[in-house]
Amino acid sequence: MMTEEHAHENQQTSKFIRNVLIKGVLLFMILNFLTALIPAGSSLGRLSLYNHVLPGRVRLPFGENPQQAYNLSLYDLEVMFASHEIEAGPKPDDEFRIILIGDSAAWGILLEPQDTLAGLINQDNLKTADGRAVRAYNLAYPSMSLLKDLIILEKALTYQPDLIIWPVTLQSFPNKIQIETPLVANNPDRAKSLIEAYDLPLNPESEDFVLPTFWDRTLIGRRRAILDATQLQLYGVLWASTGIDQTYPEDYTPAQLDFEKDDSFVGWYTGALPLNQLATNILKAGAEMAGEIPVLVVNEPILISDGENSDIRYNFFYPRWAYDQYRLNLAERSVYADWSYVDLWDIIPPDEFTNSAVHLSSEGSLIYYQTLKPTLARLINQ
Amino acid sequence: MSLINILILIVSALLLRFAFPGKLRRWALLVVSTLAIFWLQPALPIRNMDFWFPLATLGLILLSWALTADGDQLKQKRNWLAVALTLAVVLIIALTRFISFEGLITATRPPQIHQIIIALVVFISAAYLLTRYANPTETALSLGILALLLIFLVLKTPILSLYSSMGLRRLMAQDPALAQSTDLGWLGFSYVAFRLIHTLIDRMMGRLKDIQLDEYLVYTIFFPAFIAGPLDRLQRFRKDLDSPTPLTAQEVLAAGKRLAIGLFRKFILADSLAIIAISASNTSQVNSAGWLWLMLFAYSFQLFFDFAGYTDIAIGAGLFLGFTLPENFNRPYRQPSLSLFWNNWHMTLTQWFRGYYFNPVTRGLRRDGKLSAPMTILFTQISTMLIIGLWHGVTRSYLVWGAWHGLGLFIHNRWSAFSSPKVAAVTQSKPWLGNLFQVSGILFTFLFVSLGWIWFSMPTVGLGWQTFTRLFGLGG
Repeated sequence: MMTEEHAHENQQTSKFIRNVLIKGVLLFMILNFLTALIPAGSSLGRLSLYNHVLPGRVRLPFGENPQQAYNLSLYDLEVMFASHEIEAGPKPDDEFRIILIGDSAAWGILLEPQDTLAGLINQDNLKTADGRAVRAYNLAYPSMSLLKDLIILEKALTYQPDLIIWPVTLQSFPNKIQIETPLVANNPDRAKSLIEAYDLPLNPESEDFVLPTFWDRTLIGRRRAILDATQLQLYGVLWASTGIDQTYPEDYTPAQLDFEKDDSFVGWYTGALPLNQLATNILKAGAEMAGEIPVLVVNEPILISDGENSDIRYNFFYPRWAYDQYRLNLAERSVYADWSYVDLWDIIPPDEFTNSAVHLSSEGSLIYYQTLKPTLARLINQ
Repeated sequence: MSLINILILIVSALLLRFAFPGKLRRWALLVVSTLAIFWLQPALPIRNMDFWFPLATLGLILLSWALTADGDQLKQKRNWLAVALTLAVVLIIALTRFISFEGLITATRPPQIHQIIIALVVFISAAYLLTRYANPTETALSLGILALLLIFLVLKTPILSLYSSMGLRRLMAQDPALAQSTDLGWLGFSYVAFRLIHTLIDRMMGRLKDIQLDEYLVYTIFFPAFIAGPLDRLQRFRKDLDSPTPLTAQEVLAAGKRLAIGLFRKFILADSLAIIAISASNTSQVNSAGWLWLMLFAYSFQLFFDFAGYTDIAIGAGLFLGFTLPENFNRPYRQPSLSLFWNNWHMTLTQWFRGYYFNPVTRGLRRDGKLSAPMTILFTQISTMLIIGLWHGVTRSYLVWGAWHGLGLFIHNRWSAFSSPKVAAVTQSKPWLGNLFQVSGILFTFLFVSLGWIWFSMPTVGLGWQTFTRLFGLGG
């Protein structure tokens, strides 16, 4: 039997629990509401252990297998840039800053940081004529979309670059794939403002954009983004302690050399390449956005196969008819627009590609850099 | 166990307490716990083992109970009711194979009904015969303990599990060449075996009498503590089981606090620390000793928060059900000596070993008088810790971990015997020195325990040694 004293105590505790629950639910609701008021990509994302407690990453965060890569993919550009070494502090006066944007080839899939184009530039300890130290920052991101590059470029320009290197390849050009890449789709405000500002031939109301609802902006709706941002900080410890930021499998499937008799490219077949459906205007927008800062556009090396049906296709991505027209067009456009442009499409032997027709081995990357170096030297000393 | 699994179990515990406040609670617990062991068992590479392992758990419990029971207990309706109820739950789970091609309660579709019925008939007949004819003699109970230890050995010895997996694969018409030593993930077996051995020994020693099957089953598979303990004693558990009380606000508050702490420890702290903790894959990649130390300490805390978190959850869910499960951790990393660490780390396991191995062996050796006191301590400390090491897995790494702690405990014991009077004399005149000794003891113990975790976390002694030397700036 419960004594009167116990009954009273029980009643008091019940009241206490009820109050705790009510206050808890209320606080949780308020917190959710307040979180919903914070716009996506706000400067809160700049709160980071990187560059304070941990060294900044040399590449933007990307990783499909975080436990092995000590890295992960997320879509908040503020969080991504806050984790990058470029955020470490103001630009030193004696630094000539090169920023590299681009796709997975520039990011350096299967390449250690020092073997990427940015890494090789830094290892060369180049100096400008006026004595500034050349320092390259790898701001490429592994997905093929020029609009994605433009979004990154817009952000990168706040870091006062002196030169922008923009390696491109045909796969990044078709209008229809510009928005579907997750980094673009999940940054609709940035993408739409660029489409409108530069009058890009892309649909700002595309269904590919991920438009967050009110609920998506609450604490519950943002739980995945918050978890990713937190885990990125934790993986920073492993990045700092190992220098590893991607998986380096001992075995991988090498880039395809033999092909079916297939002449298609993103649903287009032999004939005139529909140039009006290629986002070349994004390159123009990038050059405009950069203003006085020189932009070096590089048609990046591709694998040229000599395997089965290689008379139809250069590689897995490109049928010859499409790629040849693309090269011709890009060269013409660069002359017309007065861009700094180099076409390095065929400089790398097939053996120096790894798991894709655009991913280079460390030896391939070195050839790439050395071929590019004279142009680079010219631009640095301009 | 995922967060969703835990939340479902917590809600089940609350509902069960509300719906069955009286004597029906034990039967409801029997049903829910039986369901839980099938539901929690993850899918395994060997076909249907996610059904056969939980069924084997029930079978082993039934057989162990039969060993402890005498013929008279067969006359009690209550025991037959427990058999019938468990049977009904198993058959209902088995029948889900006709509702879904994937597992509804089990991880995959249950095996064919006739196979299950044969297994049930074998278990029940064997239990009947044991109860009818074997009586709880010392030989029968010892054989029961031996059988459990044998299964334990098979599951925990990589080479034996590999051979067993190959055999089971052949039985299930699967390719034995694909067998792995990790195939036999029998959920909760370690704790079930320890609970059963405890009851068999206590029965042998006359410390346990008249156990009813329903309480034996509920005790062994009590769902909040099924996977990660704590290891309760049947005698204590029975008291809670026999005295159901209505849920009070104080209990809700205490349980809620424990659950909140447990969930925070497990899912926020432990899971975050797991990312940066030392592991077999990252240890050789780390490029400086400083980072390695940090990752080792992260592992120390990850292990604590993970295990202590699960214990909090088990205790909290137990409180919701009206059970006060024993504590398993009491600030182990704040203890000033290794022996105090072991008095406060995984307390129910160490108490189990103390009660069933360390104390009896020490008494036996002292009685025997052939070994000197220090040698007796050396033997018992090391052998106890080696067995605790092997409980985690029959591998050289666990053996080294056990030896590390066994030797550590012995050295501490001898040092303590030598230094205690001197320390007491010094600290009497200078009390601040006492505080200094206390703090240094805590730090040294934590350091020693953390270094021991290297052997625990690495799959091979070689990798453990490599990590160990790299921490001190030696080795590659």
